Amino acid sequence: MKNSTELLEATVDYRTRESFLELHARERAKALLDADSFRELLGPFDRVTSPWLAIQDIVPEADDGCIVAKGTIDGHAAVVVAIEGKFQGGSIGEVCGMKLATALELARKDTENGTPTYAVLLLETGGVRLQEANLGLALISEIHAQIMELRQHVPVVGVVAGMVGCFGGMSLAAALCTSLIVTRQARLGMNGPEVIEQEAGIEEFNASDRALVWSVDGGEYRVKAGFADLLVPDDARAVAKAVRHELAKGVPAVHRSSKVEHYRNLLAQMDTSRQWDAAMVAEKFGKESTK
Amino acid sequence: MSETSNRGRIWMEALAGKKHLAGLPQSVLVSDAELNGEPARFLAVVPNPNSRFPRVREGEVGLEEGWTLAHAIRETIEADKNGTKRPIIAIVDVKSQAYGRREELAGIHLACAASVDAYATARMAGHPIVSLIVGHALSGAFLAHGYQANRILAFNSPEVLVHAMGKAAAARITKRSVAELEVLAEQVPPMAYDIRSYAKLGILHKLLDVVNPDAPSSEQVELVRKEIVDAVIDARKGPRDLSNRLTSENALIFRKASLEVRQKLTEQWAKA
Repeated sequence: MKNSTELLEATVDYRTRESFLELHARERAKALLDADSFRELLGPFDRVTSPWLAIQDIVPEADDGCIVAKGTIDGHAAVVVAIEGKFQGGSIGEVCGMKLATALELARKDTENGTPTYAVLLLETGGVRLQEANLGLALISEIHAQIMELRQHVPVVGVVAGMVGCFGGMSLAAALCTSLIVTRQARLGMNGPEVIEQEAGIEEFNASDRALVWSVDGGEYRVKAGFADLLVPDDARAVAKAVRHELAKGVPAVHRSSKVEHYRNLLAQMDTSRQWDAAMVAEKFGKESTK
Repeated sequence: MSETSNRGRIWMEALAGKKHLAGLPQSVLVSDAELNGEPARFLAVVPNPNSRFPRVREGEVGLEEGWTLAHAIRETIEADKNGTKRPIIAIVDVKSQAYGRREELAGIHLACAASVDAYATARMAGHPIVSLIVGHALSGAFLAHGYQANRILAFNSPEVLVHAMGKAAAARITKRSVAELEVLAEQVPPMAYDIRSYAKLGILHKLLDVVNPDAPSSEQVELVRKEIVDAVIDARKGPRDLSNRLTSENALIFRKASLEVRQKLTEQWAKA
């Protein structure tokens, strides 16, 4: 599958490309669904907003930063859930998290009732919305549970395009996806650089060292090390094509997050007496994983 | 001075004995013990000051912890493939996920997802999963160890807390002082740190009053064991998903927005 990255790169004409990163969540969802199939559910006019932000003097958003769109992908029933990174850093609060969890649940119910429904998750999120702390954390655990249920039947494809990236508990959601698509502008990690520097010191992680940050969290590294599947250029059509490519593979025999013995063995071989770098970990972890 | 907690180990040993599965990192305790006349698997993540990974020595959930939990849970799923699904009990006292460069490079997000995956897979297969929060249940560490349970129990005690982030860090990120954060936490239940406020959200199955949780009497241990047994029985009667969290009495009050989203989205979905 490594060749498909180059294939996707090769098809981009930089004179006509349309940046995916510059799109808002709603336009991103539209760009992935078949033309004219986009139907937004619980949109801004329904005004289901966070009940917790206003009491903290924060202006809520009418869609709580989460777009749920039903439609088709290559004629196949699909739901795209796009987190808006520009609202509260894409953080997961009660309403936004429940939209995502419920969309996955409804896709699974349709699938079980004879209409297999793909799910594509656009993850631009720093994780829990701290203003809704414990409900955000609870919702993330419920999102995890729903991804686990749905991915038994149909592929759940995650996309981290940037620029917010995908962190905290939602990085676990990304890891639970059947397949993960990233761009070079994407970042994926459990703990952001600033948090690591704060908790562990600047020797452990210098958050202002941009080269270090991108070498660890950047999309290119994540693909090299086997934590993501496809590296795509910042082009809406290329992302849409990559999503179709990954969905077409179907449900694998073993998901990445279930390859427990493979990763335990890799980890056992790692020498922890010295600090690690990306090239060294990619060399060990990047080989095609079997079970 | 680092603050490490021994409570996970204390309760692991009180409930499941001092003999742990060999050949695993010392930060993950796995024991098979009898529970109400049937076998059960108990799991805990504990501090290991000698861990080869420096960033997990105070009981954090890191790479080895995530993958080892996943391994131990999957072993049980496999063993019971064709038989009665034994209970899996997560004893929770985890201060955080591990913050380190090695951890990020080698995919701590995947390691933690692997244990989420294993717990959820076990639950969907019919294993009753009960979490017992005896100390801290924080953030990504709790997601990886305990939050996929059908039933969550917690000690009703001031040191016990569930949260997304420690107070100092949460204050910094939300641009508030710790004092301001504490005032807000009193008004906004999901922001509170204490376990009684958490109980309002309707996610906890039950709060347990335990006398002297750092050195429990055998009477107290039996009381807690009985509660775990009851939670297992209750879990077996209910669905294999987490829907009970939305049908609890407290959820009807404090998760109104969740319920509204679910109802309206379901209606619109059917018409779209």
